[in-house]
Amino acid sequence: MIKDWALLGTVLGLLTAATFAGQWLRRQESFELDQNTVKAFNSRVNTWWFFSVVLGFAFFIPYLTVFLFFCLSFSALREFITLTPTRAGDHRALFWVFLLFTPSQFLLVARDKYALYSILIPVYAFLFIATRVALAGDCQRFLERVAKIQFGLLVCVYCLSFAPALLFLDCEHSDGDYGNARLLFFFITMVLFSELLQFLGSRLFGKHVIVPTIDDSRTWEGVLAGGAATAVLGLSLYWATPFTAWWQAGAMSFLIAVMASAGALAMAAIKRDRGEVTSGTLIEGHGGVLSRIDAVCFAAPVFYHVTSYFFAAQS
Amino acid sequence: MITETLLIWTARFFSGVSVRWVDSQPDKCQRVYFANHMSHLDVVLVWSALPTDVRRLTRPIAAKDYWESGFIRRHLHKVFNALLIDRKEIKVHQSPIDLMLREIGDTHSLILFPEGGRSHGEEIGEFKSGLYYLSKKRPELELIPVHINNLNRILPRGEFLPVPLLSSLTFGPPMWLEAGEPKTEFLARAREAVVRLRDK
Repeated sequence: MIKDWALLGTVLGLLTAATFAGQWLRRQESFELDQNTVKAFNSRVNTWWFFSVVLGFAFFIPYLTVFLFFCLSFSALREFITLTPTRAGDHRALFWVFLLFTPSQFLLVARDKYALYSILIPVYAFLFIATRVALAGDCQRFLERVAKIQFGLLVCVYCLSFAPALLFLDCEHSDGDYGNARLLFFFITMVLFSELLQFLGSRLFGKHVIVPTIDDSRTWEGVLAGGAATAVLGLSLYWATPFTAWWQAGAMSFLIAVMASAGALAMAAIKRDRGEVTSGTLIEGHGGVLSRIDAVCFAAPVFYHVTSYFFAAQS
Repeated sequence: MITETLLIWTARFFSGVSVRWVDSQPDKCQRVYFANHMSHLDVVLVWSALPTDVRRLTRPIAAKDYWESGFIRRHLHKVFNALLIDRKEIKVHQSPIDLMLREIGDTHSLILFPEGGRSHGEEIGEFKSGLYYLSKKRPELELIPVHINNLNRILPRGEFLPVPLLSSLTFGPPMWLEAGEPKTEFLARAREAVVRLRDK
């Protein structure tokens, strides 16, 4: 219990520091950073606040956290499909994707049915979507349409669901009931912190852009700096995790940072391809959930499985 | 009251709508909102996007054959106070325009879809002449163009189950029938006003 409060306190301290830094930057005019950068920085800090508050509940009511992740998933998926052109023939398949597969996935996560939720979308939803789209009788660009729906479902629902699944992971070193809430909190903090630091690093001493055609602000220097800073934070939070040695917490944090960057990069490719054609007026009022959680989506399943492989209780 | 709130929130949830007023403000003065028509949800959505006090004074025009079939629809159209028009039997002495004008009096506003039916694709169809005759009899009515985006993917033609994607609704600046403006020119101008909102 003391560890819970200590972790919450540390994150709260970091967040407050980041918020003050953001506000201070906003007032500086004779600085190299332009206002858009500061705005982007502040919006990342706000996302972090949002997640921290939401996950604060995880310490008390795990099922509420699963439900909130379901809501996030649902919003992200509807943004994803809105941005993706689909045809009338996909309508019925999409209906089941939204109202059957998405809730089922989170229901199974909440019931801790790993054997089912780990294959529900890659196997059953995959076969179902292909069949349902075929039944609709429209063969134009069939493969492309099925792939789009499947991709959206995998990224926005399947991958993201591994974050709340951490709550039910049986770790050897979780003390008491709430040890897993700390693991989830640790994971989300690392993802958002790494993205924030990556962003700052790229702006401050970024030279080599990784893929200029996709994301012109993400640099090797930024990713490395973000990864290093995240690893250091992970090291210092080692006491809050189920990992057995301090270097493991650092290595896991670095892994999270790398996957977070990968996620943001892949989603940037999709956004770049679709352009601002539809996103302008359609997504506007919804805050762009998708672009806020892309990093979490890619990091969650990897973190879950590596943790489970090395640190889960042998049963 | 409860059904109204429920209906509004259900419509907002399934359509994920973001409402924008471009060079235009919600107002209780008498208006005719005219929009492109893509889905059965359009009627409910435009109505529910208006602020409560304006909404209470606004009556959507809806097709009698659709909204009078089935128990739920029959109940629903009463909730949003629809003005049902018989598309099949338009008689000379009972013209829909006269009916509309009689029903709105000097207080109510109207929501109508001048394409006459739901359009098939992305394109906005030619406008029917109702809007013109309405303005000719009451030239002081403010005409507000409304553009509905993406709702055809949420509830397309021939489907009865909605897919909860995102849509947007744009209200444009008011326009009026110019004195002596020919019918075809006016209708083309009105259609152009809706099309223009799509790109804004």
